[in-house]
Amino acid sequence: MNADLVFRAKELRKDYGGAFTLGIDDLEIRRGEILALVGPTGSGKSTLLRLLHLLESPTSGTLEFEGRPVVYPAGVSIRRRITMVFQRPLLLRGSVLDNVLYGARLRGRLTPDKALSLLDSLGLGNLANAPAFPLSGGEIQRVAVARAFAIGCPVLLLDEPTANLDPAHVHGIERIIRSLREESGVTTVIVTHNLPQARRLADRVALLLDGRLIEAAEPNRFFDHPADPRTMAFLRGDMVW
Amino acid sequence: MIDPFWEVLRLTLQVTGLALGVAAVAGIPSGLILARSRFRGRGVVVAVIYTGMGLPPVVVGLVVYLLLSRSGILGPLAWLFTPRAMILAQIIIALPVVTGLTMAAAEAINPELSLQLRSLGANPAQEARAVLGEAQPGVLAALLAGFGAIISEVGAAMLVGGNIDGQTRVLSTAVVLETRRGNFGLALALGGALLTLAFIVNALLLRFQGSPRRLG
Repeated sequence: MNADLVFRAKELRKDYGGAFTLGIDDLEIRRGEILALVGPTGSGKSTLLRLLHLLESPTSGTLEFEGRPVVYPAGVSIRRRITMVFQRPLLLRGSVLDNVLYGARLRGRLTPDKALSLLDSLGLGNLANAPAFPLSGGEIQRVAVARAFAIGCPVLLLDEPTANLDPAHVHGIERIIRSLREESGVTTVIVTHNLPQARRLADRVALLLDGRLIEAAEPNRFFDHPADPRTMAFLRGDMVW
Repeated sequence: MIDPFWEVLRLTLQVTGLALGVAAVAGIPSGLILARSRFRGRGVVVAVIYTGMGLPPVVVGLVVYLLLSRSGILGPLAWLFTPRAMILAQIIIALPVVTGLTMAAAEAINPELSLQLRSLGANPAQEARAVLGEAQPGVLAALLAGFGAIISEVGAAMLVGGNIDGQTRVLSTAVVLETRRGNFGLALALGGALLTLAFIVNALLLRFQGSPRRLG
């Protein structure tokens, strides 16, 4: 058992309706690591995130979380160590601040100061007490990100958290992800189509194609000297999908 | 006239309130469960509930009368011509309304909400509470519809309650009685009281519907 590993996937496979969707032979994610998942739409990135979230069980194979094989269905206490920002986040009725505090309150933690500071840093401070419903798509996305960050989970799974955001807010979110890693050792797995973002933010970048993990390497090697020709083709934009 | 009026009003509130309370306790969770589960025969259950939403009160009254009559299977309870019989009949009228409309309200909620709530750390009870909160306007509408269906119904209340002065007389049956006696002024006044009562309850529930909610 390696205490430094948060996730270890071995021969992990997920089928939907009998059709192969994802197959990961071997993947390890270290504590405090920022791992970017890239790949075309439908390559299995979101499926991998859902498996890492322990909300779905794999069709076969094993997934270890913090050194222990996951037993499904995973209990609340283990699930509460992980949180996720979904591609299309949904907010609840109530104020923006109520939404940001939701996950923390479920854990019996009241962190309004932290939540307000997060909202400020994401440019939403003036909306803290506003109702969550008339918000724009970008604002909803930022509220969902703040809601996940406010919980203080050791593992963050982010499914395209900066899609539809302007560069200033993209950088704001990236800054928080880095500070969470520096200050609290938070492990982050981020799905992104923004390759420059993967390069500047991640410790490692992993490419998924047709449900298979093609290559995972540190950004300089991944982008400048990829080991697999399919990675090169993907980066050049030659790949047709 | 003052004392009998207040007694009729008190009994109306008691019978309708208890019936609606039981219908809410049973109907809201049932509606939520039906909205979020898929099982064999669900379509039949839903069809039965929707049919129940249109049950004629007088037919409900007749069935409850037969069940509670001396030869009926519930005869030993000796509830016939008591407020309990009226409450039982009104529960049967209100329950499908509350269940069916709660189910419709919960079905309108994005099914991915549950997954996202679990992702935020909600246990099953917290998840159900949050989903109920999101369905709150629809659930309150279901309660209002259930209340409306029973506060003004006459058929069942008359059949199983008997409209006994001081015991089972409620506003709707009192209106019928005074109309038959030719006391149209009094019947209109009682009808006005019934409408006012319905208005007050609706206004209170609508006020609650519009109030902000604390999450978590």
